[in-house]
Amino acid sequence: MVAREQVLAWLDEVKDPEVPVLSVVELGVVRDASVGAGGDVTVTITPTYSGCPALRVIEESIRDALLERGVGQVTLHTVYSPAWTTDWIPAAAKAKLEAYGIAPPGPAATESELVPLRRAVASVRCPWCHSTRTVLRSEFGSTACKALWSCDDCGQPFEAFKAI
Amino acid sequence: MSAPLFDALLRLGDDRLVLGHRTSEWCGHAPILEEDIALANIALDHIGQANLLLQYAGAVEGGGRDQDALAYFRDAIEYRNALICELPRGDFAVTIARHFFHGLYSVLQWEALSNSQDATIAGIAAKALKESRYHVRHAGEWVIRLGDGTDESHARAQAAVHLLWPYTGELFLQPVDESALVAAGLTADVSTLEGAWRATVDDVLHRATLTAPDGVWMQRGGRAGRHTEHLGHLLAEMQIVARSHPGAQW
Repeated sequence: MVAREQVLAWLDEVKDPEVPVLSVVELGVVRDASVGAGGDVTVTITPTYSGCPALRVIEESIRDALLERGVGQVTLHTVYSPAWTTDWIPAAAKAKLEAYGIAPPGPAATESELVPLRRAVASVRCPWCHSTRTVLRSEFGSTACKALWSCDDCGQPFEAFKAI
Repeated sequence: MSAPLFDALLRLGDDRLVLGHRTSEWCGHAPILEEDIALANIALDHIGQANLLLQYAGAVEGGGRDQDALAYFRDAIEYRNALICELPRGDFAVTIARHFFHGLYSVLQWEALSNSQDATIAGIAAKALKESRYHVRHAGEWVIRLGDGTDESHARAQAAVHLLWPYTGELFLQPVDESALVAAGLTADVSTLEGAWRATVDDVLHRATLTAPDGVWMQRGGRAGRHTEHLGHLLAEMQIVARSHPGAQW
């Protein structure tokens, strides 16, 4: 019978469809896995954002990855608590993000003021030239989890993972 | 308690579904590309929240209806969203002012509901809270930028505040049939949120050089299924494919 660690290792090969440099384990979408007495596997997942359109694809990818490796029955269990946070992404995975061209998220600090008049500027490092002379262009980007930035030194636009 | 809980979940879910669908109308039409992307993302968050809330509503009802059945096969009279969510999208100032007013209400509501004794509601609320905080910051910054901007943007922002203000009172009307749920710690009494809401609204409007109207008649009816003419048109567009091809999969 397959071990829980083996299941998690297999799932570490399943990439996020929108950020294909990270696995669904590194991203923190996979919270846990358990193996039942009959060898059936239950995977506990949590969505990044409520409306993340990639979640359905992630579910199918997880199911396919385990069925392909001979798991007889796969059950996906979705939990919402604790709420997903970018703090779950390990440092090694953040380095992979930067190498891929996406600025990794900083610590998920909650601003005390809801609508700050002057926002504390968190320095986001350009993934291309590593300059910190960067400007937030849009709070929202091509996917729910990213914002749009540009670099004043190398002139390149880039995406940054929102820290939540 | 399941009927009052079902109704409470419809109030929560329908607000986000209707406002999310309304916001999605901006996709491809926003004044600048960044705002097009922002509004599409905000719409997606709302519809995602509605999906979770209506899925749970269907489970609580226990009648076999899932979130799609609740979204696509109820008529306007069965919808429980506040009227402010269904008003036409208006110009960019109206859209922004509405997201500010409703987003701030949502932040306070999610904060309260994240302590719910119902683990599913608490989980959805804790997740949605992060999203709504992000929305309020985006909308609040725009309220200040438009209000304290040019003569034209100020006039449009002030007109938007006047247009929407009569629809803000309904958000804080606590339904009588929810009292047992509130007493049991499952849901939150929205009437207790108004003070904090008004304080932040006044602060941001002041910074935006805008004013809230005084002593206006507050509209109501959405929570009881008495809607404006606008909801029917919105639902017709949202529901036509599902109703033309019931049970279709793609």
